[in-house]
Amino acid sequence: MSAVTAAKPLLRLFRVVKSFGAVVALRSGSLDLHRGSIHALIGENGAGKSTLVKIIAGLYRRDAGDIRLDGREVDFGSTAESKASGIAVIYQEPTLFPDLSVTENIFMGRHPRGRLGRIDRRAMREEASEIFARLGVTINLDRPTQGLSIADQQLIEIAKAISLDAQVLIMDEPTAALSGVEVERLFAVARSLRDEGRALLFISHRFDEVFALCDTVTVMRDGSYIATTLISETTVDELVRQMVGRDVAELYPKLEAEIGEELLTVEGLNRAGAFHDISFSVRAGEIVGLAGLVGAGRSEVARAVFGVDGYDSGTVRIDGRPLPSGNPRVAMQRGLALVPEDRRKQGLVLDSSVARNMTLAIRSKLARRGWLTTAAENGAASIWASRLEVKTAYLDVETGTLSGGNQQKVVLGKWLATEPRVLIVDEPTRGIDVGTKAEVHRLLSELAQQGMGILMISSELPEVLGMADRVLVMREGRIAAVFDRADATPESIMHAATHDAEAVR
Amino acid sequence: MTSTRTTGDLRAPRPESTGRRIRRAAGYVFSARETGIAVALVLIVIVATARNPTFLFSSDGYRDLLLTPSILVLVAVGQAIVIITRNVDLSVGSVLGLTAYLTGRLFVDVPGIPIIAVFLAGIVFGGFLGLINGALVAFAKVPALVITLGTLYIYRGINVGWTGSDRINASDLPLDFRDLGTGQIASIPILTIIAVVVLVAAAWYMRNLRSGRELYAIGSDPAAANLYGLPVTHRVITAFMVCGALSGLAGVLFAARYGTVSSQAGTGWELQAIGAAVIGGVAISGGVGTLWGAAIGAVLLLTINRALPILGIQDFWQRAVVGALIIGAIVLDRVLALRQIQRLAEAKDETR
Repeated sequence: MSAVTAAKPLLRLFRVVKSFGAVVALRSGSLDLHRGSIHALIGENGAGKSTLVKIIAGLYRRDAGDIRLDGREVDFGSTAESKASGIAVIYQEPTLFPDLSVTENIFMGRHPRGRLGRIDRRAMREEASEIFARLGVTINLDRPTQGLSIADQQLIEIAKAISLDAQVLIMDEPTAALSGVEVERLFAVARSLRDEGRALLFISHRFDEVFALCDTVTVMRDGSYIATTLISETTVDELVRQMVGRDVAELYPKLEAEIGEELLTVEGLNRAGAFHDISFSVRAGEIVGLAGLVGAGRSEVARAVFGVDGYDSGTVRIDGRPLPSGNPRVAMQRGLALVPEDRRKQGLVLDSSVARNMTLAIRSKLARRGWLTTAAENGAASIWASRLEVKTAYLDVETGTLSGGNQQKVVLGKWLATEPRVLIVDEPTRGIDVGTKAEVHRLLSELAQQGMGILMISSELPEVLGMADRVLVMREGRIAAVFDRADATPESIMHAATHDAEAVR
Repeated sequence: MTSTRTTGDLRAPRPESTGRRIRRAAGYVFSARETGIAVALVLIVIVATARNPTFLFSSDGYRDLLLTPSILVLVAVGQAIVIITRNVDLSVGSVLGLTAYLTGRLFVDVPGIPIIAVFLAGIVFGGFLGLINGALVAFAKVPALVITLGTLYIYRGINVGWTGSDRINASDLPLDFRDLGTGQIASIPILTIIAVVVLVAAAWYMRNLRSGRELYAIGSDPAAANLYGLPVTHRVITAFMVCGALSGLAGVLFAARYGTVSSQAGTGWELQAIGAAVIGGVAISGGVGTLWGAAIGAVLLLTINRALPILGIQDFWQRAVVGALIIGAIVLDRVLALRQIQRLAEAKDETR
């Protein structure tokens, strides 16, 4: 690590490793947190930031490496242990008990007690109102947390950390769902906590926030530590270079495809609370990337287009003909396919065989007078299993036993078997190894070359940049920007995904 | 689901007077839902009494009003504790039957056994059966519905195997013991006093001790409870044990009250107990509701059963009315929750 500060760090992680089966989530995570400092941790999705946080929080146990708190070696086996050592984690999605009051949420498990172990509600209330007064926030202490805005819920998480007297405070993308005013309020709180001598870790995708709030920044990439620099000594360009820095061409074998007529047209799609004024089209032979932060509403749009969920207004057309809302069966007949984000829950029947899964979407075609034979299933499945090189000994093994990459191939095979004209893929390479990733990319590229229209949702910038002919960027339920392949850069996409619409033209 | 529960104002907190604190506490214990069913209960009693004054104003009527629901109150309180943790215990009826028979057997097989020892045996045995439920749910990670459906049949099967065609008759039980089932102190039935004492203690525990509040937290969001580092496994097992122990106590009292115990004693009580809890505002999805509500729900359920014939409603319809109450209670919760979600979605757009 570079000699950013000479003082002894409060929390030090050194070459921490964590893998899940064959997938290495964290190759070598290193991080130094100092008292009185706000430290930024940045990196693409999948760079290993969340894994690192979960190890500090005691949710995961590291496989190797060194963690020291105040110079002492620690190994947290549970969240309770990490909490007891003075570490508080605020997750992107606050984890509160929706039915319990604000006050109880702060003190759950640690209520102040009086005689007979009776909870001292008065002391509890007084401490809570004291904390909120210190934070300069007014919240009704007696209302249940259900229905509070994410911003208010995060303040409750912070209040929890303060009441714990946590010395290390980790905030995992706390601003993702906040408005400008709320971000300012959060920052003011964070600065005052820093001035009290606590160590803060701030994870964010928004560079302007990193530069406004933090004093030091650590970059991670592909599960590894890249660099730690003082904010005053770096620039956005430099950080982006560190984040992306790899050979894009090799992982993303983009083939030339002839772009034809419009296949899928979406106009003015709206659903309250999810997305607004969504208009775009996908043409034959084209791969359209849909980028944006997690929670920007991308998956919701995909599900609405395919008909899994409904929408309030707008139209979806295939070949110029309107598609009825909320009817996936018709969407499939008309040549639309959706490979969902969560393959284990939404894409596969894990207890069922590979062959069953691959023929799930074409059962009625395979059936003869209503009878479905294993021979017919295996025949149809083997075509796609071999084309996609699904690595399994037999087609009748349980799908749940396959690796993530092979499971994803099964889901792809299931939908390709329906011979779709437009394929929507939601995070097609999440959680799969690099080799299989490249295979999936090659496959998508070949499909486009054969004239299929592809809408690819991805949180991985290099994937979007490497594969897409056109990039749509969503931010907070709206399409914030559209880039052609030539104009799309990591900076421009990140900028559009994180800034107010006016700033992006 | 809890939108009816929001009390107090939206202003900043400030030190409050004792009067306000008492009002707030009262508002918590009898928030909208509990008050609602208590009012419904009072109305039914008034209407039934107006039709037939002996419903309340005869020594039997008054006694039945208090005595009939007492045993179900105990089972419903236990059930509510389990439901609050987002689980359910279908085996309570079988536990009750088994301990009721155990009670009779103890008096028959151990002449002169002290009554207090029989009570302890029933409670400990019930608690043990509950412990089996809790351990299976907590460690096997199988939904409680399935586990306790299994133990419902297993416990009942053991009961049938043990009892055979035999049954405990009133003449097998000592007079002192049977007096407990029918006797009164200061014109209040002893069973009612026991039920109220248990209810007050359990409700106090659920409201005032850390472990009680953690049960609510676990039911409200089990994943968050894990992140908080709460001892989820331990608490869930305890909840099932308490539920089993209360069903065991109810079994002893069942024997005292009715005197006759066959192998089918307590059949169907699990559904009455769940019904009572749900009507009383305990959300089947956990985290919400009070034991007071469940207890009032139990009283309401059994009082309706007694009142409907007086109101001239046929036997056939009585069950339908109970069913309508349960569905009504759940639909009400669902509608309130959906309205809340819709409001939030709209509010989210406005702030953008």
